Amino acid sequence: MATIAIEQPRQRRSADAARGAKRVGLVLLGLAVFWGLWEAYRWIGESLGITWPFTVDEVNMPHIHEMLSAFTKPLQPGGPTLLHYEWHWALFTAKEAVVGFLLGGAIGFGLAVLLAHSRILRRGLLPYIVISQTVPILAVAPMVVVGLGTKGVEPWVSVSVIAAYLTFFPVAMNTLRGLLSPDPRSLELMRSYAAGRNDVLWKLRLPASLPFVFTALKISATACVIGAIIGETPASIQDGLGGAIVNFNQYYSTGPERLWATNIVCAALGLAFFAVIVIAERLVLRRAPEHYA
Amino acid sequence: MNASRPAVSITGVSKQFKAGVTALTGIDLDVRPREFVSLIGPSGCGKSTLLRIIGDLIEPSEGTVEVNGKPAHRARLDHDYGIVFQEAVLYDWRTVSKNIALPLELLKWGREKRSARVKEMVDLVELEGFEDHHPWQLSGGMQQRVAIARALSFDPALLLMDEPFGALDEMTRERMNLELLRIWDASGSTIVFVTHSIPEAVFLSTRVVVMSPRPGRVAGIVEVDLPQPRTGRTREEPRFFELVTEVRERLAAGGADVVAAEAEAGAS
Amino acid sequence: MSSAAVQRRAVEWGPALAVFVLGILAWQGLVAAFHVQEFLLPKPTVIARTFWDERGMLWDAGIYTFKEALGGFALGSGLGILVALLFAAYAPLGTAFMPFAVAANAIPIIAFAPIMNDWFGLLNPFSKMAIAAVLCFFPVLITTLRGLTSVDPRAIELMRSYAANRRTVFRRVRIPASLPHMFAGLKIASVLSMIGAIVGEYFGGPTTALGVTILNASAYTNFPVAWAGIVLASAFGILFYSAVALAERLTTSWDPSRRDFHRE
Repeated sequence: MATIAIEQPRQRRSADAARGAKRVGLVLLGLAVFWGLWEAYRWIGESLGITWPFTVDEVNMPHIHEMLSAFTKPLQPGGPTLLHYEWHWALFTAKEAVVGFLLGGAIGFGLAVLLAHSRILRRGLLPYIVISQTVPILAVAPMVVVGLGTKGVEPWVSVSVIAAYLTFFPVAMNTLRGLLSPDPRSLELMRSYAAGRNDVLWKLRLPASLPFVFTALKISATACVIGAIIGETPASIQDGLGGAIVNFNQYYSTGPERLWATNIVCAALGLAFFAVIVIAERLVLRRAPEHYA
Repeated sequence: MNASRPAVSITGVSKQFKAGVTALTGIDLDVRPREFVSLIGPSGCGKSTLLRIIGDLIEPSEGTVEVNGKPAHRARLDHDYGIVFQEAVLYDWRTVSKNIALPLELLKWGREKRSARVKEMVDLVELEGFEDHHPWQLSGGMQQRVAIARALSFDPALLLMDEPFGALDEMTRERMNLELLRIWDASGSTIVFVTHSIPEAVFLSTRVVVMSPRPGRVAGIVEVDLPQPRTGRTREEPRFFELVTEVRERLAAGGADVVAAEAEAGAS
Repeated sequence: MSSAAVQRRAVEWGPALAVFVLGILAWQGLVAAFHVQEFLLPKPTVIARTFWDERGMLWDAGIYTFKEALGGFALGSGLGILVALLFAAYAPLGTAFMPFAVAANAIPIIAFAPIMNDWFGLLNPFSKMAIAAVLCFFPVLITTLRGLTSVDPRAIELMRSYAANRRTVFRRVRIPASLPHMFAGLKIASVLSMIGAIVGEYFGGPTTALGVTILNASAYTNFPVAWAGIVLASAFGILFYSAVALAERLTTSWDPSRRDFHRE
């Protein structure tokens, strides 16, 4: 137990701001270094004609500025810019991802609460929950899409199901760990109050599990985006980032920078989801600083 | 409260753990209402186990425990006691006020009643101004004060304390001792207090129960006749040193004479 | 094994075994009762029979893909550990590049799989190894780094009191302490590597590979074979995971903080 003196709130805020600025600065520096390394390797590779591990040319390694300027170029002659399309594709995929996130999160959370209360259920079900993640979801996706399709479900919903599949596992495992995290002393205290299981759940286990839940949500934030993008292919969806990737891959040699540009958008979408969770964590968790995962 | 009925009545209690360890044997002890009784003994003598048996957190292998005239189990369900551990066991995500209010929430007290009582307790342990702080913003001594406030918040007749000041430094400890006596006087509760420290036991208690090494027996009981209310000066009185010495000698004897007496009684 | 130990094992694994048996029975029963179309979910008996009939082809395909997964695992995890060591030793590096790691992790496999195939060649197993490696890199980096940096400060102080230099502290304190965390990452990576290899093959690969086998079987509506392939892929993933878990148990049996919540 730390015997920390009470911090003055104002001092803490300015220290936080300084730390934040430093962090942003380092990230920008890192970006610059990455840009430099990429262009340097390209330049060296082309001059020396490097072919291992892969041939360095403008198809395999477009210039970074080409990737960025691809956003400003129209997709079809005289039509809207690539950025315009990417924006709409991103929104479409984001919708699928959010639904998948909520669905998978709810299932994972409910499962964890159930398992937290029964050792037998844990022993019986945990191995299969772990095993569920060894099934390559891409292989099962077509069956899911068709199966749900026969029930009259729109294709994008199947994509959300796939996203949920990738989401529920981290949420279930981490929430379970969090629910079981209170130490024996806290449980003894609850027993001294003759507190019932419900009270122990709501007043002790759930609040104690929140840091763990947020860790899981951070993992799930990117997982659901990945799941949504991957799921669009078997569902033959053209309106999202997954469809765009498949298309740009097909025509890679005629416009490699477009595929890379789309990759950047995918990464940005994942980061955006992640950032939302981080902000939510800051707002919801009011804990000792060492408890932030 | 019936003044003649003991607050805690322990009869023939013994406890064996699964590993074959006998923690306690043949404990008989009565605690009168409004007493301050300390349990002191070497490590492993079972004093914490005994405390938990009183609180119905552990079941005795033999014997019975009555609290407030009821079986210990009933007493726990009726919220007849509060408990304070060596670690404050406060919830990080609750402020000081909300930590103190925890048992009141479990008892389904209304919000206004809760607020009023929390305010009372905060005043009692002298933590005004810290109501909205979080545990990690407080020192160890302050955290324990919150724990004590929480334990007393629902006005239990009995307070069980398991080395509550063990993690604090000596100076804070002595200050907390005075605090605790003041709180004890104001609340009128009975206190059973486990400690390692002989001076602390003598300073706080009306009676000191000395326990023998494992298996734990009652090796002796020392009546502490120091005047009340006790002050910082009390520690400097000659009688204080006499009592500390008496407890220390009892501890050293370690209940060897008790065993001998039992053997004799058995043989005759 | 003593009878007490046998009993303990039984209690531990009994419920899981019961669920397995119940699950298979339910699967068999529900498929029949609801007349689920064969291609969506064949009966377990059908899958088992298909497995037996095609065991040669399926097993060879499985081994081929498993080798890709293994190579990717070794590459990705090895890099992840190295980078974690680097970030732990030089904190500003970590702060600067961690956001990249997070961003890179957000790039779906579907995005860089085609690029890897372009770079290394569709039929070259190395392209799939690269995909698997990318999937393994991030979890191993994150968990190992957390392990390296979450050491009890007092343990470090003790070493400093012995006038140990930074390198010794690293070797004797941080690295052993990080093992449990690292293994958590390796277990995740083991499963991901197999998935990475299979998904990579979906974008093109030789017909001797398991992913391609599953894909082609689906395309030709030979769903029993597709499902048998999926089961085999999952089985390899489980085996790989178990191997890593075994290695973990053997090397970190000293760790008291391994709170196994199966075992409570």
